[in-house]
Amino acid sequence: MPEQEAATRATNFLEVNLGLPERLALLEADRCLQCKDPRCMNGCPVGVNIPKFLDLLTAGKLAEAAQSLLCDNALPAVTGRVCPQETQCEAVCVRAAKGLPVGVGYLERYVADWAREHRDQLPQIKPQLTGKKVAIVGSGPAGLTAAGELAKLGHDVTIYEALHKPGGVLIYGIPEFRLPKKIVAQEVERLKEAGVKIECNVVVGRTYTIPELQAKFDAIFIANGAGLPVFMNVPGENLKGVYSANEYLTRINLMAAYDFPRSDTPVLNGQRVAVVGGGNVAMDAVRTAKRLGAKAAMIVYRRTHNELPARAEEVHHAEQEGVEFEFLTAPIEVIGNDKRWVTGMKCQKMKLGEPDSSGRRRPEVIPGSEFILDCDVVVVAIGTKANPLLTATCPDLKLNKWGNIVADENGATSIPGVFAGGDIVRGAATVILAMGDGKISAQSINAYLATSPKQASLVTAVKVS
Amino acid sequence: MHQILAKQSLSPNVTRLDVHAQRIAEIRQAGQFVIVHLNENSERIPLTIADSNPATGTITLVIQAVGKSTNELVALNAGEFIRDVAGPLGHPTEMITSGHALCIGGGVGTAVAHPIAQGLNKVGVRVTSVIGGRSKEWVIFENELKRYGNVIVCTDDGSYGRKGFVTDAVKEILAKEKVDIVYAVGPVPMMRAVANLTRGLGVHTIVSLNPVMIDGTGMCGGCRVSVGNETKFACVDGPEFDGHTVNFDELQDRLSTYREFEQRSVACARGTCRMEMPTTTPA
Ligand SMILES: Cc1cc2nc3c(=O)[nH]c(=O)nc-3n(C[C@H](O)[C@H](O)[C@H](O)COP(=O)(O)OP(=O)(O)OC[C@H]3O[C@@H](n4cnc5c(N)ncnc54)[C@H](O)[C@@H]3O)c2cc1C
Ligand SMILES: Cc1cc2nc3c(=O)[nH]c(=O)nc-3n(C[C@H](O)[C@H](O)[C@H](O)COP(=O)(O)OP(=O)(O)OC[C@H]3O[C@@H](n4cnc5c(N)ncnc54)[C@H](O)[C@@H]3O)c2cc1C
Ligand code: SF4
Ligand code: SF4
Ligand code: FES
Repeated sequence: MPEQEAATRATNFLEVNLGLPERLALLEADRCLQCKDPRCMNGCPVGVNIPKFLDLLTAGKLAEAAQSLLCDNALPAVTGRVCPQETQCEAVCVRAAKGLPVGVGYLERYVADWAREHRDQLPQIKPQLTGKKVAIVGSGPAGLTAAGELAKLGHDVTIYEALHKPGGVLIYGIPEFRLPKKIVAQEVERLKEAGVKIECNVVVGRTYTIPELQAKFDAIFIANGAGLPVFMNVPGENLKGVYSANEYLTRINLMAAYDFPRSDTPVLNGQRVAVVGGGNVAMDAVRTAKRLGAKAAMIVYRRTHNELPARAEEVHHAEQEGVEFEFLTAPIEVIGNDKRWVTGMKCQKMKLGEPDSSGRRRPEVIPGSEFILDCDVVVVAIGTKANPLLTATCPDLKLNKWGNIVADENGATSIPGVFAGGDIVRGAATVILAMGDGKISAQSINAYLATSPKQASLVTAVKVS
Repeated sequence: MHQILAKQSLSPNVTRLDVHAQRIAEIRQAGQFVIVHLNENSERIPLTIADSNPATGTITLVIQAVGKSTNELVALNAGEFIRDVAGPLGHPTEMITSGHALCIGGGVGTAVAHPIAQGLNKVGVRVTSVIGGRSKEWVIFENELKRYGNVIVCTDDGSYGRKGFVTDAVKEILAKEKVDIVYAVGPVPMMRAVANLTRGLGVHTIVSLNPVMIDGTGMCGGCRVSVGNETKFACVDGPEFDGHTVNFDELQDRLSTYREFEQRSVACARGTCRMEMPTTTPA
């Protein structure tokens, strides 16, 4: 994949990957062996029919390739960019065994980008309206996918979103250089054209409760994500200069703090930024810090390179851009000066011990190894949990011990007619899993609506377009 | 989009805006706030819902112009629009249902105390309000508060009401009368002083905290405050807390985080910016 040169891109917020040129895309697609038993499809959580769209692509039938792809995956321009392909579709591609797997992610992105630019060449199907009303809470990938599916089935869909812009993590979390906001905005526009209504600035649990929505809608899909930041619980965490990754990224992505003072929201642009954690969120934060001008942008992670949970491409890009890695290091205190600004982080060195229940080798403290890491901004990226704001106002909704909503494999919760999916059910997971939940729940909702008691009274409301 | 239906200047730097927000006007309760986002490039800032009228679908915001965002808001005229208003956010005020309550408002906090006095009065609690300002022209919401009980006005220069700080009047009342609960809303030093006064007397005291917020939904943690040695998110766990357990020093300090940026933001808006971009946290 052609990309912006590392030294240049480390100073701008433009997308790193530039997209495949046509010639390379066709060559790459042609590497697909069109397996009779395509293993790649088992690797994809939503079972995208990969050989089919690659075959159509190789044949130059782009409109058909796009149609096939969009039928399986509502946001391919997003997943093509952010899926951890190396552990999913590409990991199990037969070509991977003998060298390089087919670049499914890049090709998915290629076809999806073509489709975004040639929408007139894709058929627009106008469904027959059912008159059934469905409310969706949250406009992240789970909510957007469910909305698209339900609208396709002719239901009247309203999305309620707490923030002033739809997209969830795709808008406030994942940075522009990885997923241009234009793409998310286009996907949202597409849904609106398909008849989906989106009401921003509605905080369900405050503006409306779930029981209130139940009275107005025939079914509800809850997809409010897992947006509550976890802090380290070490002394000094409330000093000036300590951010949760959510706050840091929200200021910069949603509120455009990189453009201060043209944009009104500021962010501390530290010279030595320490990001605690090793996942996608940490990589996004540290690469953002670099772009904001940090002389040192550092990942502080208690395991080693091998255990980093982030996508391989993000780690690779971060390394190229000059991000420093402090492995086997765990913070125990944030240190400040007399004016309570962060000046450093007291850390301990770790070593890897026996594997724990998750199979990963557990980090153990090396006694007497404390040292001070100089830094002026600390970003805590060690995870998020379920936000209790909504669930606290709906006591009938069954939760697990971490506060996540309990839903079965069809997305059904403990309340009939109320479905849930995405991070609020799974805990922090991935875009494609959230989308998969959105799709399955939409099908369950459709089935539920066909049998729901309200049906009879609503038949008169059915309009045929 | 939310239209401004009425505008009124209350004091030299405090303005009242009545803003259309039907749903919020219908369900808001005392102590709750909204997040206001004027336009695409603006900050999201929290403002207390000072009053509402479900019939006209308006909420009343009382805004003290301190920086760029608040100055832009008070520069709007009736008929103009605010892009986003989200809410009502935060927990409603913890109310008592009988007895005597003292509602203390400093500066713009007087308007924030208003819905609390209103709510207490509604359930039959006796309300005494103590409000303050630098001088006569800075005193706001006196007439509104009079509807709910006795109002004692204090001015720093004695140009109106009693001379002195609200805390002086509060001290006297606490010495003379039985008070079941104190609600204090205003600048951090004022809330801290009131909490220090009532702590020894064992009078339950509720303060309304004003940390910097972004989303107002518990997603960013930027609004975190230390209360009784626990970290709380003011937007979802508050904004009101037991004043005797709040770490006011930390709150005051965190509020200064963006001071240099705020100054630059205002200077740039005026076209008088000579400052360098703050590059790193000041030493
Ligand atoms: C910085 C970052 C980088 C990531 N990188 C990747 C990656 O590269 N690849 C990958 O696969 N995954 C990645 N993830 C994870 C992925 O983004 C999430 O798993 C996914 O977005 C979850 O989707 P969702 O629809 O469940 O929730 P979200 O995307 O969290 O959306 C939930 C939406 O609901 C709204 N909401 C919350 N509460 C309410 C309420 N009470 N009322 C109304 N609306 C509400 C929120 O504002 C939000 O818009 C990343 C996550 C982060 C934070
Ligand atoms: C729950 C709550 C209710 C509030 N109610 C009112 C009210 O009814 N009327 C009123 O006039 N003010 C109220 N405030 C304070 C108001 O939000 C700030 O004055 C405003 O955000 C300042 O923005 P600015 O750009 O004009 O000033 P700036 O120059 O940005 O800042 C001035 C000071 O305001 C504080 N501040 C800055 N940004 C924020 C932010 N996003 N959130 C909170 N504080 C910030 C900082 O301490 C700063 O020093 C409330 C705050 C909270 C948290
Ligand atoms: S959705 Fe993700 S996992 Fe599935 S084929 Fe596309 S890139 Fe691979
Ligand atoms: S496993 Fe690889 S080669 Fe086989 S069909 Fe899938 S992408 Fe093509
Ligand atoms: S304002 Fe973001 S968590 Fe409170």
